[in-house]
Amino acid sequence: MARAISTRRKTVTTVVAWLVALIIFFPILYTIITSFKTEPEAIAGISLIPSGTFENYIEVQAQRDYFRPFLNSVVISLGSTLIALLISVPAAWSMAFSPARRTKDILMWMLSTKMMPAVGVLVPMYLIFRDTGLLDTRTGLTIVLTLVNLPIVVWMLYTYFREIPGEILEAARMDGASTLKEIVYVLTPMAVPGIASTMLLNIILAWNESFWTIRLSAANAAPLTAFIASFSSPQGLFWAKLSAASTLAIAPILIMGWFSQKQLVRGLTFGAVK
Amino acid sequence: MKLTTLLIGLCSASALAFAAHAETLTIATVNNGDMIRMQKLTDDFTAKNPDIQLQWVTLEENVLRERVTTDIATKGGQYDVMTIGNYEVPIWAKQGWLLELNNLGADYDVDDLLPAIRGGLSLDGKLFAAPFYGESAMIMYRTDLFEKAGLKMPEKPTWEFIGEAARKITDRNAGISGICLRGKAGWGENMAFLTAMDNSFGGRWFDEKWQPQFDQPEWKNTLQSYAELLKDAGPSGASSNGFNENLTLFQQGKCGMWIDATVAASFVSNPKDSTVADKVGYAIFPNKEGINNHGNWLWSWNLGVPAGSQKAEAAQKFIAWATSKHYTELVAEKEGWANVPPGTRTSLYKNENYEKAAPFAAPTLEAMNAADITKPSVKPVPYTGGQFVAIPEFQGLGTTVGQLFSAVVAGQMSVDDALAQAQQVSVREMTRAGYIK
Repeated sequence: MARAISTRRKTVTTVVAWLVALIIFFPILYTIITSFKTEPEAIAGISLIPSGTFENYIEVQAQRDYFRPFLNSVVISLGSTLIALLISVPAAWSMAFSPARRTKDILMWMLSTKMMPAVGVLVPMYLIFRDTGLLDTRTGLTIVLTLVNLPIVVWMLYTYFREIPGEILEAARMDGASTLKEIVYVLTPMAVPGIASTMLLNIILAWNESFWTIRLSAANAAPLTAFIASFSSPQGLFWAKLSAASTLAIAPILIMGWFSQKQLVRGLTFGAVK
Repeated sequence: MKLTTLLIGLCSASALAFAAHAETLTIATVNNGDMIRMQKLTDDFTAKNPDIQLQWVTLEENVLRERVTTDIATKGGQYDVMTIGNYEVPIWAKQGWLLELNNLGADYDVDDLLPAIRGGLSLDGKLFAAPFYGESAMIMYRTDLFEKAGLKMPEKPTWEFIGEAARKITDRNAGISGICLRGKAGWGENMAFLTAMDNSFGGRWFDEKWQPQFDQPEWKNTLQSYAELLKDAGPSGASSNGFNENLTLFQQGKCGMWIDATVAASFVSNPKDSTVADKVGYAIFPNKEGINNHGNWLWSWNLGVPAGSQKAEAAQKFIAWATSKHYTELVAEKEGWANVPPGTRTSLYKNENYEKAAPFAAPTLEAMNAADITKPSVKPVPYTGGQFVAIPEFQGLGTTVGQLFSAVVAGQMSVDDALAQAQQVSVREMTRAGYIK
């Protein structure tokens, strides 16, 4: 009897999990479906069966070059992630293992920068970028995305590092390890799942960031977010083409997420169960 | 062998030298059919000007507006040619943000530009942007439904006639709404239409002392008529319908009439996308009986050069090409006369080939000629602009008022409340901006 209840419960939870997953994934699924519809079909109403046309993909390719914004997205998201990690690992180490009286306040202050609407600092940022010659450059966008995502990276790493017993680091110190060696050879290998998931999440955040990437780029450094935005039209139908452009833009990150899902889940649940 | 190597070396060196000297123009533009077409045809320009290369930044209209405004106001210098509306041109020209276009070439024929359009792009007689395409507004209606209902569109229809006709041809069972109008909030969406409608009702946004006029009977008549018309004969969810949504409804045969930008005529009469392509008639924007005003809707997308541009000469060369008679002929040759950008040159409307290919040519010209943005209302006003008020504050104010009026269509607010709030907001904003002393 107990076995029967357990099986039923398992079935129910599996169905619920699938339903929740479907609901979460539905906007992406519908975007992909819409990309295979004609423009009149796309705006006609909700339908899950497209006519199966590839016209939108052909049109999107004919109108814009996909490769350049794709390359920009890769460079900007990988570059900003690496820099963010280089800064965040030592910062999170010091906060986790040598906390000062104001560490919590500093952490909260870092997070509070994410609470401000980005548009509030658009003009000053624009002026700084103009004066430093960073407008429409990959370097500029890499810097801004590093800054934008830095608080989240520090917070995530801080949470992971807090799960690592301080005694192990103390033992390393007693064996004569310097701070750098302690971080590189002891802490980092132990926190690989956490660092990996932070890295993956940051790549996703950087890949999808559109406010700054659209506003601080023009033709040279524009990433895939600008590529998508270019298909929205004030006069004329554009939903199917926009969906095709979106599908092309999200495909690489979706594939990367699929292949690294084990690492991502392991990292996100790291230390959650003791 | 040595000679071949030498020749290859010389060619490579000259190619490198050319690349080093080639100027690259960055052009900011919107994504619409005419602009996309132009991007495909630019080989013609680069072949004639091998020392100029072009790169495009295409964006959604509002993002483009925000970005080019930020860039030009801060002298960011990201763009060499900007696509801007006739709302921005006079404001930016006054600010000194745009270069005068005085080097468009001897064969440009600036006098061929439609006077109404040219006037909207000039300040003190100087041209600050060249029109790529222009539009006014008109009625597009289903001739078959009119015939079935025993109606005949008058040469100059009044709002009274439009109201009666819309109610008569509405057939809810068949899914046909008598009229489709913009309801989506925004200064360039419902407020473009309502401002033009109010003009044709004899109203105005501000009096000579910049006092908002929402507390006057003209605005009440306008909003009341508009809301009732949409309630009785409009499609469901009209408060979220903009140009694109109404275009789809009309193309699917679900609207008896649609009053909107003249550029829509080429879409609704295109059999590839429209199910009613051969059943569309056109008429001038309506007026209220006794008021000699047909809305004064006039819009154009134009190409301008930001002040301080380091590539002004090359930029003007490109603008001259993109807005020339030669470009019109190029489009006609490659894509057919029906696809040439409309509403900028008088000569286009004298071209027999165009008239034959575009049945909407004559009503479009009539609508454009009827528009006078220097006198948008029959009453005196301190501003210019037809379906907008050409002051920097209008974008924000127009959108706020548009949200109130959209709420009326959605049934969330009464006409009186919306007008009272619109008046209050406008007085506050205009006082804050220093117009009301």
